[in-house]
Order: sequence, then C-alpha cells, then structure tokens
Amino acid sequence: MLRLIATRVLSTIPVMGVVALIVFFMLRLSGDPAAILAGDTASSEQVEKIRVSLGLTKPLYEQFFGWVVQLLRFDLGTSLFTGLPVTTLIAQRIEPTAMLALTTIIFSVCVAVPMGVLAAWKSGGWIDRLVMVICVLGFSVPVFVMGYFLIFNFAITLRWFPVQGYTSPFVDFGRFLTQITLPTITLSFIYVALIARITRASVIEVLGEDYIRTARAKGQIEAKVLFRHALKNAAVPIVTVIGLGVALLIGGVVVTESVYNIPGLGRLVVDAITRRDYPIIQGLILFFALIYIVLNLIIDIIYTLVDPRIRY
Amino acid sequence: MSISRRELMAGAAALTGGLALPGSQAALAQAAPRGTLRVIPHAALTTLDPVATTGYIVRNHGYMVWDTLFAQDEQLAVKPQMASGVEVSADKLTYRITLRDGLAWHDDTEVTSADCVPSLVRWGQADGMGRRLFTYIDSVTTDGPKVIVIKLKRPYGLVLESIGKLSTNVPFMMPKRFAEKAVTDRLGADDMMGSGPFRWNKAEYRPGARVVYERNAKYVPRSEPASNASGGKVVHLDRVEWVNFPDPNTALNALVSGEVDYYEQVPADLLPIVSRAPGVKVANFNPLGNLGMGRFNSLVAPTNNPGVRRAIAKAINQSELLKVAIGNPEFYKTCASVYPCGTTFENTSGSDLVSKSSLDEARAMLRASGYNGEKIVLLATTDIPVQSAMAQYTADVLKRIGMNVDAQAMDWATVLQRRTSKNPVDQGGWNMFFTWWEGADLLDPVIQFALSGLGEQGAWVGWSKDDELEKLRTAYAESGSVAEQKAIAAQVQARAFEQSFSIYTGMFYVPTGFRENVSGILNAPPFFWNIKKS
Repeated sequence: MLRLIATRVLSTIPVMGVVALIVFFMLRLSGDPAAILAGDTASSEQVEKIRVSLGLTKPLYEQFFGWVVQLLRFDLGTSLFTGLPVTTLIAQRIEPTAMLALTTIIFSVCVAVPMGVLAAWKSGGWIDRLVMVICVLGFSVPVFVMGYFLIFNFAITLRWFPVQGYTSPFVDFGRFLTQITLPTITLSFIYVALIARITRASVIEVLGEDYIRTARAKGQIEAKVLFRHALKNAAVPIVTVIGLGVALLIGGVVVTESVYNIPGLGRLVVDAITRRDYPIIQGLILFFALIYIVLNLIIDIIYTLVDPRIRY
Repeated sequence: MSISRRELMAGAAALTGGLALPGSQAALAQAAPRGTLRVIPHAALTTLDPVATTGYIVRNHGYMVWDTLFAQDEQLAVKPQMASGVEVSADKLTYRITLRDGLAWHDDTEVTSADCVPSLVRWGQADGMGRRLFTYIDSVTTDGPKVIVIKLKRPYGLVLESIGKLSTNVPFMMPKRFAEKAVTDRLGADDMMGSGPFRWNKAEYRPGARVVYERNAKYVPRSEPASNASGGKVVHLDRVEWVNFPDPNTALNALVSGEVDYYEQVPADLLPIVSRAPGVKVANFNPLGNLGMGRFNSLVAPTNNPGVRRAIAKAINQSELLKVAIGNPEFYKTCASVYPCGTTFENTSGSDLVSKSSLDEARAMLRASGYNGEKIVLLATTDIPVQSAMAQYTADVLKRIGMNVDAQAMDWATVLQRRTSKNPVDQGGWNMFFTWWEGADLLDPVIQFALSGLGEQGAWVGWSKDDELEKLRTAYAESGSVAEQKAIAAQVQARAFEQSFSIYTGMFYVPTGFRENVSGILNAPPFFWNIKKS
C-alpha cells in the first residue's frame, strides 16, 4: 500500500509538469489581459504600458520559467486584476465548492445506492421501471433547468428555501442548510441517475451468483442478502463511478454555482477565463489536476478495502 | 451559531428527499437586516483603482470610497464638493481652490492640499480630459494645507468642468502616498483609503462575488441637498453590500423574493416580470441614458476611406437597430446628434446622415467612394446582448448594400484585445466594433473621447485623425460663453458626421429594479447616499 502511495505521489510530478506546460502555452494563445485591464477608453499606448508593467512583453520561455520558479516556492502567483495572491482567492472560494460537493455526494450516495439495489431486487417490476424513469430524467434534464424548476417551486412559490447565496456552516449552520439544499438536489440529480444505474446493473449481476443462492438457502433475510452479500460484492464498479462522479463534480458545480449565486471555485475560474487572468486560471487548473490525482489515489485505496483480492 | 427548528427541519428534510413540510411556508428567504442595502451591481468589481481604470463599476466604487473637489449636479452644473470655493484671477490664469473644513481620510488624518495636488496630477495622466487640461497647466501647487493653486499657461474654459467631471475617469482625491503611485501601478485592496461617505471593508471583499461598504460615521456632508454627484452625501444606511450575480434570472428571483433590495440594471427581457412582481418597483434613474456606438478603424482599408464610413453610417437605421438591440420602445429613442439628446449641445448639424437612412443612397455612396469589394472585418461581441444585436444587425445591413463582410464572433475580452491591433485585416486587424457609453461621457466635444482627432497620438482606438476636428475641440475648450460653445459644438458635430469615425446608434435606458421599501434614489449613477430603507 505504501509503495502504491509513494509511486502515485512521485508520478504526480511529471503529470503536473505536463499540465503546467499545456495550460501556460494554451492561455497565451488566447490573448493577454492588458486591454481588459486598461478599459474601454484606453489608448494603445496605455495598453502597451500595462502590458510592459505586467511582464507580458517578455519572451514566453522567460515568463514560463519565472512561473515555474514561483511554483517551486509553492507560490501560485498574484491575480492581475485584484492584486491578491491566487492562494488567498482559492482559500476564499474553496469552502462553498467543497461543501456543495460534499453534500451532493452524501445525498447522491444515500439516495442512489438504495434506489439501485431496490431496482435490481425488483428487476422488471414497477419499482425498477420507476427508478429507470428517474435515471433517464436525471441524465436528460440539464442542471440549469432543474435549478430553475426547484427555485421557482420551492423558493419563489412555496418560499421554503432562499433563492440564492451561501453561508458557511461554521457561521450559521441553519442558514447553511437552507441555502445548500436546493443546489445539492439540483447537482445531485445526474449523480443519482449515474450511481443508481451502475448499482442496479452490478447488483443484478451479483444476484445470479451461487453464493447469493446459498445465502438465501441458509434462510437469511432478503435485506441482509441484498445489502450484506450482494451490495458488498458489487461495490467495485459503484466505488469507481462515485469516484468519477466526485471528479466530474468539479465541472458540474460551475453551472450550479451560477444558478444559485454561490461564490465558489467554479465561478472563480469562469470569471478568470473571461478576463484572461492568467495566474488564477493556471493556479486553479493545477489545483484541479491535483484533486483529480488525489481522488484517483483514494479510489484505488478504497478498492483494496472493499475487495481484499485486489493487491498493488 | 443560530439555528431554528424550522430551518433545521427544512434543510434536513429536503436533503433526505422529504420536501413536503407542513407548516413551513413561512418565508425562509434571508431578508437583508435593517440598515443594510443589498445591491446587484451591473458588473463584478475586480479592479479597484478608479483613476487608472475606466470601467463604470470602478467609477461607482470610487464614489463610495473617495470624494471629489467639484461635482456636477442634476443640471450638470459644476458645484464645489470637497472645495469650499474657488477664486479665479481676473486674467483667468490662476485658480485658488480652498478645501472645506471637516475633511478627513478614513484613517482619521486630515485631508490637505498636499494630498490633492498629486491626486490631480495622477488623474491628469490617466484621463483624456485631464491630459488636455494639463497641456494648459503651468503648475499645480499648494498654498498652505487648505489651498490648491492651479496656474495656467493660457486661459482654458474647462478647468472646473474637467476636475468636476461626473464620469470616468473621475478625479478622486486620495492620500498623497497613494496618489503618488504611477498610473500603471494600480491601487489594490490595501489602498482603499478615501475621504468619501463610505468605508471599504477589506475583510469581507470577495473579488468577483461580494463587496461591502460601511457608513463613514465621521463624514461631514455638505449642507445642500444631494443632487447627482454634488450636494450633501448623507448616508442613511449602515452597510451597502454589492453582491455579484452571474445569472440574471437568479438576480431577478433574488429581487422578487426580497433577498436583495436593488438591481442596478434589469435586462430588458426580464422587465415584464419585474414590473408585475409584488413589492418591487422599476424606474430609470439615468436621464442621460446610454448611447450605442459603432467605431471604425481609420487606419486600415476599407474603413480608412471616409466615403466608405459615411456609406455605412447612411445604411444604419437607428429605429431598426434599436428595435433589434433593445426591443421595448419604452426604453430607447433615436438620436441624430453626437451628443445625448435632451442635453445642452444636442443639435441637427449634419444629422441627415443618421436621421434619414437609406440603403439605396448608401449603395450609391459606396460606389462613389471607390469601394471595390474589400473585406470588412466586424468584431462581433457575443457575450453582451446589446452589442451582439448591434453587430448582427449591421452585418446584415452591410451585406445588403453589397459589402464583403466578415463578422467575427468573439467575447468582449477578445474584442478589447483585438481592437488594439493596427494591422491590416488579413493580419489580425479589424474594421469595426460596437460598444456603448453612458450619456455623461458624451456631453460635449472635449469630454467625448470618441471625437478626438489626434490619430495615433492620443485618439481612442480606431485612431481617428483629423486636424480640423482637433482645432474645433480646442476652440471649444478655450471658448468663453455657452452660446459660443454651442456654436462650436454644432460645428464639431457636422465635422464628426462628415468624417464618420464613429456611428451613433441611438439612445437606450436600462432601468433599475428596487424593493418598494427603498426610497431616496438619486437621478444619477448608482450612488448610495441619500437612500433610505424602511
């Protein structure tokens, strides 16, 4: 296990290097932010002065190595627009995104896994068909449509929840719950569909195995057969899809954060791209890449826990 | 930490799928606490230096934190603001501006003339009108802690109009240590030290998401009633929070549900919904309106040919374009003047070009210009609906008069960058783009940057070069009476239409939505003094 972790940590270095290289040069192809900083009425000379002051007139290789040196000092740089360190901006925005991702995963797993197991147990019956309809809806309905639907019904019409905003659970837990509920359901819809379908397929496959027949022959109750024997043996693909889901969430939160006005990382990166704020975009993409790598490592470790046959 | 049983039940039940909560219909929406005005501004505040940057959102931020020596009232007359008054010498070469009593920076130190001098100098490097003013200035000095002395090389009629200008770049007064920074060395979050009616709350600043201002309890307002940017800036709120909403629908929902109090610019397509919403009012607080503008690149073919530019101007029908771009006629009007209609210098000189559009005449003018099918590159903004519609309409019109149009779709950030290129169109250059200005930025020949004829030596992008235009603008700046100014402004307009460096596409208004318990909003840019929330 330790060898796995050590190997993965070491392999992170070249991966991050390649990501850094691609991000840096692709961003430079998209133009620079000097004209945006200068504003609508700036003359070409003013734009050029800003370009010089930002170091954007230096050769690309010089800019790249300057950035790499910064990275080696664990410094992601400073936003060209706000003048604040990228790490500060990430620190300001990470909590809403992390909380939304966490509640989404918890909600999705708590709803989707039982749904999938039930559908598998009653395969071909009305419960199965109902679950499949929900799954098709989950895959088909865009996140923003679901968001507006929930806002209209539960925030505007019934007034059960606020329309928008985010409050830290460490500041006001009650307000956090009311504000995070609709975004969580909105974002969860697709993950519920994904996880429920995979769970159903895996459990159906396992339910045909001899050891399930044996468990039933021994007179074990159906719930125990389903959740202890079948689900446990069907866990590997489920864990995989949950892990992938967490990774996909990073992209999914962008829309949800916009619809519910949650000041998270998704909005930070979109705003930075719009303004060509290089240091933020570069820093965030590296940060996201790191999260992907760590998540994959965690999934690999979980494999060994749910299936003792897996060894690295 | 506080949590009510109802909140906990609502949140927890919904998280577990049990959305039906009997008895929980009471509004859980988080209404703003009393004394806090929650505002949806028209854009996110990310850069903070109102002197170095021209964005309207940064200007509005500037009016919260800083103050000005002079300011314009609703009639656009220049009135003392931080100044108690001004003495002008008989030869009109010396201006002695005296600071009024009670002015203090937010760190409680006194505002002195030694702060104001570098503030004026810094602004004079950044702003077009400021640069022009400083070509007339011999020296700006202090005479004791309260008096600023401006000495001119020769008389200039727009000294107070310049340092009292309403819109970007506004000459805000800053402490000396910040005012002495180079313009390219922009002020950051640690430098928001002003003497204005609100204090900057750095701890709660979330760039792109949230800005918080608190009442400056030590601010001494003038005794006159508030009028536009002048008069008593009396603050009736404890806090003003600017919350940025990337999605207009969510912004609308937040206003309707009472989670925010003030939506600065309600998009035209959402107005019918906002107008019907209970507890919400809609009104236009910007009587000067906004003016759409198409800008030509005068350096590269075919728009380096005035005949081609005039033909395009003749082809654009303001009514059609405004209908496409704005939609509701209640919120737009045609305006065949280079100055905002309804303001002092509106006139009809040369305006037939704009007011009597004709595709047939445009085709004839195009033929007469010698146009020979050269490609015209139109930078078509996609992410700002008004500009996008203007570009799409124009691309169609240009095709109909027989031009070879290449409408290149791109976001505004890319337009801003592409338009700095002076290359020919086949090397990444451009011929035309659309934008819009607040009326306050187009009021007269000098303040209107688009009328500059300085070419590559200081004109706006497009590099309009015309000595005659510059001569007229200088004459305007040095003229002595309003009657004389009006006559020259009309000549400037006639020359501007003749050269057609820009196309004027008419006026439009973007109304503000606000909760009905909010009162005292000024007919001005979004200023937050004078506003009460009951």
